[in-house]
Amino acid sequence: MIARASTATAERVLRQLRHDHRTVALLLVVPCVLLTLLKYLFEDQPQTFDRIGVPLVGLFPLLQMFIVTSVTMLRERTSGTLERLMASPLAKLDLLAGYAAAFALVGIAQASLVATYALAALGLDTSANGLAVVALAAANALLGMSLGLLASAFARTEFQATQFMPAFILPQLLLCGLFIPRERMAGALETLANALPATYAYDALDRLASDGALGARGTIDIAAVLGLILVALALGAATLRRRTA
Amino acid sequence: MTGLARAAVEIDDLRVRRGDREVLHGLSLTIAAGTVTGLLGPSGSGKTTLMRAIVGVQLVDAGSVRVLGQPAGAASVRSRVGYMTQARGLYEDLTVRENVRYFCRIAGAPAARAEEALASVRLESLVDRVVRTLSGGEQARASLATALVGRPEVLILDEPTVGLDPLLRRDLWRMFHRLADEGAALLVSSHVMDEAANCDELVLLREGDILARATPDELRERTNTDDLAEAFLRLIERERPSDGRELSMPASGAVPDDVRGQGA
Repeated sequence: MIARASTATAERVLRQLRHDHRTVALLLVVPCVLLTLLKYLFEDQPQTFDRIGVPLVGLFPLLQMFIVTSVTMLRERTSGTLERLMASPLAKLDLLAGYAAAFALVGIAQASLVATYALAALGLDTSANGLAVVALAAANALLGMSLGLLASAFARTEFQATQFMPAFILPQLLLCGLFIPRERMAGALETLANALPATYAYDALDRLASDGALGARGTIDIAAVLGLILVALALGAATLRRRTA
Repeated sequence: MTGLARAAVEIDDLRVRRGDREVLHGLSLTIAAGTVTGLLGPSGSGKTTLMRAIVGVQLVDAGSVRVLGQPAGAASVRSRVGYMTQARGLYEDLTVRENVRYFCRIAGAPAARAEEALASVRLESLVDRVVRTLSGGEQARASLATALVGRPEVLILDEPTVGLDPLLRRDLWRMFHRLADEGAALLVSSHVMDEAANCDELVLLREGDILARATPDELRERTNTDDLAEAFLRLIERERPSDGRELSMPASGAVPDDVRGQGA
């Protein structure tokens, strides 16, 4: 029962995306363009590009699935489809599992393409295992999805939903260590960074890029990411009320 | 005539507040299987709130709503209830067929039902159109198809025939009666009284209370008029006789034309 409804939901979400050619193109092309930009921005310090290249490939899905999910879920809430789903036999878990499966697949596709482009066309030099990067990207897609699901409950309009990206996600990216190592931040910021989901996503990718393996710390980082996905999903599920006023 | 029929929906003393306003004030109602019941009243009278309570998505303050013998919205009963919302509740970026197939799979119905449902609302020629590009009436039919697709025993339809051409409207009412003949209970809302004549039973709702519960013929008899819109107005006038006297209005209720039929 559950498998059927969640598969149907995953397929429906992917179909919605497929009808929107421009969004699909943007999801795939924008990360490649931004990486190209960074490649030439750091032309005289190639080690910087090599340091941030892998984390970026893995973090794009977090950013983009957050936006896609918060807007898609807001539309479900405002167009009346969510109300109809809540009146249908669909379990909330079916809905969440359907969304998760769809966006994990998109994250995998996106990260595979972007990673291939970065390695082959931009000459990204890394000892990171490609499959491991793609797997982390998929986890980050799920993290973005679950945070987006949660954020959609606090937006009334699509304008608000898109503004949650700079409000919720951008600060996490600024503080995660991508731009400045966290140990060089003011103490309060470092503490704050340690409480944010993207920090653990970044650390796992960074460890993979610099050491070529996750190690014990990297495993903890991944466990933290997975735990945070579950927390965000549980909070998001709590905002999906079958009965509303 | 439906006294012996099985009750599909039983509502007892239902109270619903929205914000600081009470929308339904202790409403009780039974809907029999095998009938088409019209839920009529001006917009704002509580029709949608009542329907939401029956499908189990409305927060309820007091009272009980039972559907097919179980609490409204219970997991075991949701697959036996079809719900068409006033906001059409379709995925606008998907095609008509993709929408109907999705709701078909959610309902656990075989895929062939999707095509049957599309045919029953005469949408075969538009199946591959993206919903966003359809007219309001076409979207209403697509939405109806997604509500019908699981062959529910209870069908809750919120303004299903708004904006449809008269011929299609007639066909849909025929289909509603066919479904009732097969044993389904249908509750169909409308804010337009001229739909009333199509129903077996009428529930007239006004400001969160049931003003009358009758068959169209009983209503005509009770109010001495063949015009159901006029009958509704006469009932409202009777409800507040003191107002009528103070304004020295005739008992028949001389009501301006612009409020007839619409009520709101």
